[in-house]
Amino acid sequence: MTCSRRDFLKEAVSTTAASVLPLGAFVFLSTEEAKAAVADSEARYAFLIDTNKCVGCGMCVKACKNENEVPYDAPVTRMWVERYIFTKDGKLHIDSPMGGRDGFTDNEVYGEDIDPDDIAKAFFVPKGCNHCDNPPCVQVCPVGATYQTKEGVVLVDRDWCMGCAYCIMACPFGARYFHPVEKVADKCTFCYHRISKGLQPACVQSCAFGARRIANLKDPDDPATKIITTERVAVLKDLYGTKPHAFYLGLDHDVR
Amino acid sequence: MKWHVLHPLWVTIAVIGLIIFGGRLLVPDDFGVHGRNFTYGYHRLGSIQDWKDFSVKYQGRDACVQCHEENVQLNNVSVHSAIQCENCHGPAVNHPGGVQSLTVDTSRELCLRCHAQLGYPNSNRGAMPGIEDRRHRRRRECSTCHDPHSPKERSE
Amino acid sequence: MSEEYVVHGAEWTVKQLFVYPNEYIYWSIQIVMYPFMTGLVAGAFVLSAMYHVFGQKDLKELARFSLVFSLALLPVAALPLLLHLQQPTRALEPLLTPHFTSAIAAFGIVITVYGLIVLAEIWYVYREYFVTQIEKLQNETGVLNALRRVVYRTLTIGATDISDAAVHADHKAAKIMAAVGIPTACFLHGYAGFIFGSVKANALWMSPLMPVIFILSAVVSGIALCMLTYIVIMESKAFWQRRQGSTLEAHEIRGAEKDVINKAARFLVVFLILAISLEILDLIFRGYTAMKSWDILRSVMYGKDFMNIFILQYTFGNLIPLTLLLLPGRTIKRTALAVLFVLFGVFMMRWNVVIGGQAFSLSFSGYMHYEIPIIPHSMETLKEGVVGALAVIAAPFLILWVLNAFLPSLGREVEGPK
Repeated sequence: MTCSRRDFLKEAVSTTAASVLPLGAFVFLSTEEAKAAVADSEARYAFLIDTNKCVGCGMCVKACKNENEVPYDAPVTRMWVERYIFTKDGKLHIDSPMGGRDGFTDNEVYGEDIDPDDIAKAFFVPKGCNHCDNPPCVQVCPVGATYQTKEGVVLVDRDWCMGCAYCIMACPFGARYFHPVEKVADKCTFCYHRISKGLQPACVQSCAFGARRIANLKDPDDPATKIITTERVAVLKDLYGTKPHAFYLGLDHDVR
Repeated sequence: MKWHVLHPLWVTIAVIGLIIFGGRLLVPDDFGVHGRNFTYGYHRLGSIQDWKDFSVKYQGRDACVQCHEENVQLNNVSVHSAIQCENCHGPAVNHPGGVQSLTVDTSRELCLRCHAQLGYPNSNRGAMPGIEDRRHRRRRECSTCHDPHSPKERSE
Repeated sequence: MSEEYVVHGAEWTVKQLFVYPNEYIYWSIQIVMYPFMTGLVAGAFVLSAMYHVFGQKDLKELARFSLVFSLALLPVAALPLLLHLQQPTRALEPLLTPHFTSAIAAFGIVITVYGLIVLAEIWYVYREYFVTQIEKLQNETGVLNALRRVVYRTLTIGATDISDAAVHADHKAAKIMAAVGIPTACFLHGYAGFIFGSVKANALWMSPLMPVIFILSAVVSGIALCMLTYIVIMESKAFWQRRQGSTLEAHEIRGAEKDVINKAARFLVVFLILAISLEILDLIFRGYTAMKSWDILRSVMYGKDFMNIFILQYTFGNLIPLTLLLLPGRTIKRTALAVLFVLFGVFMMRWNVVIGGQAFSLSFSGYMHYEIPIIPHSMETLKEGVVGALAVIAAPFLILWVLNAFLPSLGREVEGPK
């Protein structure tokens, strides 16, 4: 025997690894599946949210909870409305009681009653999952339980999620949470079960003021798409590079 | 050559084999890369259909008009025409199939969601007609005087 | 919906000012325990490798012990995660469908590889012992001895040649395993740092220094734990021998060896200084560059968490043990005290990273206070409370006690391998 023990060991290990790898690749990149997936989609959905129109009634939050079976009294929600009050003394008060589920019916913020005469500027900002183009939540899932569909909708596979919460920590917008009954990660699904039947998402349908709309970015005739492509829109936290697809009109510089 | 030093290597291979074999058994067949790439498209394909099969609860105004024509017509010509019936009455689901009668929420809090005047300048909320809750007919339900379907009419 | 539901995190999170509705402290005490335990694993292994690979002869006794301890710690590294997962029955998924863009996906692979390396090295080190034990037990009677014979026979995996050449081959193989194991052990813990460092959404965690700080801190904690356990066990053995009026001469009843402790302490000091330097560097840079998150980070670090960070971690966990270790006239007792403080400091570092990173909201306009459940009243508060943490701390010692029956690693009079 001319080769040393060490060489033999190295050889054996690398051969094993090399033979295992193609087997592993076979699982990841099945040809038919890859082909079907790459086929271009006719839709790329996005939200168009007009904070100028939102009155903070919270009907969207209520509708979302009912439509998507998120326990009504649980302090978690797929979408929520934030209130921003700038008082004349330069302070900013932000709140979102129960996510705005019951609307905003008084000027009490964290126990402090704000006099309307002291208010310089105030508005409401509806928020939820932004269905980003580079979703960091999908990137960090260790088991492939969350993914992005060809229409750009980010979904969670309830049967596979193991509940590690990495996706929840990775979302810069706070869109994710653990579903209190299902015990897996959950978030806005763009009402995928509705839009795939030609219905509107529950939050969009319930908004009487047109503050929440959806756009199919691949349809140039979509009126909401026209607004996004021709008017000045903003996104939240764009420095993170996630390319969010919830576009805002009237977004103030101090919105968190 | 002392071949016994390779015994742990055989154990290693056996363990790796067990993991791969276990994977074949436990991982659903439709699990793989579907979509643009491994980063964003690695999942079980069947999950998409699972989400499509989720039940729809809110049916929309067009479903209500089939039986409740009078109220819907009244509402259609009022300032509340943009509001979905189900916003106040709750999701229809398969009413009247599953739920015989939907809630008729006449609470003050429901109306105050929009009509509590909070004094927000330059906001659509500020432009809404509203009351100061403490000053206008306290503790009475709004629907005592205002017909929710057509609020400029007096309630019957 | 009238179903029973539990909002994970709501139980132990107190929100202050504006926090997004879905924000809670999702990664609680068990996620603090996890990097702490993997750090101990990595450190124990590196200490063992100091002898096997780098020929630090003074560390021979400690090396054998820390190798077995490293094995005892390994399943305990996975325990906090099992307790934390909302769906623990799916815990094998990172091995079955690893999504390699996620740092956590590395966990399944790395812990399996590392476990195999540690097991292999232990096998090479103890094989001769197994075979001699089988021979010894051949003439013994009784069920327990029969059981032990079966166990040892299985453990040899059919390799019963204990000629000099065979044992020499074992030693060489053990050296290779130790050498391969060092980067693996570093990776096992370094990637834990990458888990946090790569979360761009978290202003405190996102930093390229995270993996490095974690590895250095891990080596520190591993060395410290081994030193402490070694000192405690050896000194208590010597103590009991003296109490029983042993007939051994005074110089034969020895406790922890001074040379061993000194050598290990020297390594400890080096890594400790490196770890602190990087942490202070991180802090200085944050303050200097003053990104959007700096206002709330500053208020958390210098306000709410000042005690946790500067007093408990930096002073008690770093400054005091460094002083104790560097002052002249170092005794075993003083070293033991210093090492205890070091372990505490390492734990506080994990706490300050994990809990500290969740002490402020993503909105940068609110805070979250962590109130760790002490008396459990539900499954959640049991698993992710003080009781769960104590179970994780106790587990490696229990496992070590069981392992010690088959892989003796303590004391000179034990018939362990050379």
